[in-house]
Amino acid sequence: MADKVLMKGNEAIAEAAIAAGCRHFFGYPITPQTEVAAYMSKRMPKIGGLYLQAESEVASINMVLGAGAAGVRVMTSTSSPGISLMSEGISYIAGSDVPCLIVNVERGGPGLGGIQPSQSDYFQATKATGHGDFHLLVFAPSTVQETVDLISDAFDLGDKYRMPTMILSDGLLGQMMEPVVLPEPREPVDNKDWAAKGHQGKRKHNVVNSLYIEPLELERLNVERFEKYERIKETEQRAEEYLADDAEIILVAFGASSRICHSAVDMARAQGIKAGLVRPITLWPYPDKTIRKHIGHAKAFLSVEMNMGQMVEDVRTIVEGKKPVLFFGRTGGVVPTPKEVLEQIVKINGGDY
Amino acid sequence: MAKVIGERPKALLDVPLHYCPGCTHGIVHRLVAEVIDELGIEGRTVGVASVGCSVFTYNYFGCDMVQAPHGRAPAVATGVKRARPDDVVFTYQGDGDLAAIGMGETVHAAARGENIVAIFINNAIYGMTGGQMAPTTLPGQVTQTTPYGRDTSVAGNPIRVCELLSSVKGVALAQRVTVDCVKNVKAAKKAIKKAFEYQMAGKGYCIIEVVSTCPTNWGMAPGDALQWLRDNMLPYYPLGVYKDVGEGEQ
Ligand SMILES: Cc1ncc(C[n+]2csc(CCOP(=O)(O)OP(=O)(O)O)c2C)c(N)n1
Ligand code: SF4
Repeated sequence: MADKVLMKGNEAIAEAAIAAGCRHFFGYPITPQTEVAAYMSKRMPKIGGLYLQAESEVASINMVLGAGAAGVRVMTSTSSPGISLMSEGISYIAGSDVPCLIVNVERGGPGLGGIQPSQSDYFQATKATGHGDFHLLVFAPSTVQETVDLISDAFDLGDKYRMPTMILSDGLLGQMMEPVVLPEPREPVDNKDWAAKGHQGKRKHNVVNSLYIEPLELERLNVERFEKYERIKETEQRAEEYLADDAEIILVAFGASSRICHSAVDMARAQGIKAGLVRPITLWPYPDKTIRKHIGHAKAFLSVEMNMGQMVEDVRTIVEGKKPVLFFGRTGGVVPTPKEVLEQIVKINGGDY
Repeated sequence: MAKVIGERPKALLDVPLHYCPGCTHGIVHRLVAEVIDELGIEGRTVGVASVGCSVFTYNYFGCDMVQAPHGRAPAVATGVKRARPDDVVFTYQGDGDLAAIGMGETVHAAARGENIVAIFINNAIYGMTGGQMAPTTLPGQVTQTTPYGRDTSVAGNPIRVCELLSSVKGVALAQRVTVDCVKNVKAAKKAIKKAFEYQMAGKGYCIIEVVSTCPTNWGMAPGDALQWLRDNMLPYYPLGVYKDVGEGEQ
């Protein structure tokens, strides 16, 4: 087995992408994800890959569109304000069925906001990363190791379903150091027969396009894409459960806030309160099957987020009013403490909501 | 039997073009296709279609094509070229696309010396959206959004793209041509061919600006549009080579 190394979350993102066979990175600096770019700029030239710093996030995501359309494994990385600028390009990428990896190491917003960790781009990542009818596959790791593992899956599933994928990280995960086992490096693959890479006179010309001026044709394509999304919802949902099987108070949290909830569950159990945790790993498709399993035995759900309450809406939709769904969050880059979460659990356990 | 002179170039697919009568987009398409044929590069060429009247270029050229968001063709082309350095990559952009929303992408692709060719159609107007002011609209020119004529104190001044880019290191060729008569069509083709050859030699960013007509939105018959181009556009946008590194700058 490979050795464990101590790595910063952002650097692990870069190394994992390289291991997954990615040789093209286009980006633009923004805190707290800049280490991804710095690491790539160091490593890529040494392995025959490309690090290119674009003049803006708008340009970098469109470079990703070009390279992805030409059939290579390609990625970009940014933080919240950068994603807003990329939203045009992401919509075109989705509309052109081009796979690529987009990493968002979230910070507080809106606007320039701050540079501390946040989860306030949940809506944007899962509901509307750009204009039009589409989704991304969105993964929310909670440790540096999981980030590394999910990057490889994100690339593979993106290729499989021909769609953009996102790793939704945050400033906490990006900046922390943890021991990781890096995956075995894989060679870049170059086998996309739909790509615009030059037909060499061997086939009809390929067009990578998102314009369909005929409404019925555009509708047909959108419906087809949503049929694919239904298959993805069936097969690609991922979640982790912790002490949830007999729990009366089910915490729901992803990414950095799930780590805090993990501690809070332990503290609650030590007091004899039956708390448990469901941790969505895919935010789209949302793991509704896992949540649904617990509606029967739960007294209440508590969504804990580093925002003003975004994912809680999805939990409410799934629970359909059968049990109370409560929310606790901190915003602006403030990370909730396990003690704060425990206080919420104790209150709910006492029927105080 | 009638003798066919000038057969359809292979790189131009045998489908009807959607352009208005008298629009010069069609002539320029043909020139690009002829150059691709003559260089024998269709199989390794990737074109990037931009937003504007020419968005459907991807239906017309025989090479692989990618369609870019409005103005972003230089960035998309950068991605294609960096992924496939052996491919020949060109963008086909209007003035609204290249000089308004996409000016940033254009200047930076040029500054990087990105090995791509930009075919730049300057018709002094936004065609596709129905004739609004473009960055290239002439002072005093009436458009849908400058109904009293472009007032430069309000709407700013027209941008001369070749002049602007000629100061950018990374540009290998910046040349302004037009296709109003046979002689100029021939010169335009020569310029386009040179741009593709420069790319294949790795010289850097090449832009061929084609001063063009939009009879529909200028509200003129095709012949009058050509005359208007000569009388009004060419004085403001003089034809010529603004930068040519020749044997230099790789
Ligand atoms: C982001 C965005 N903004 C605006 C438009 C609308 N739009 C379509 S074509 C066009 C103008 C194109 O003009 P030009 O580039 O000069 O090309 P022409 O149509 O004259 O050939 C505009 C503004 C768009 N498609 N996307
Ligand atoms: S609107 Fe103008 S630019 Fe567009 S096709 Fe017609 S004449 Fe050409």
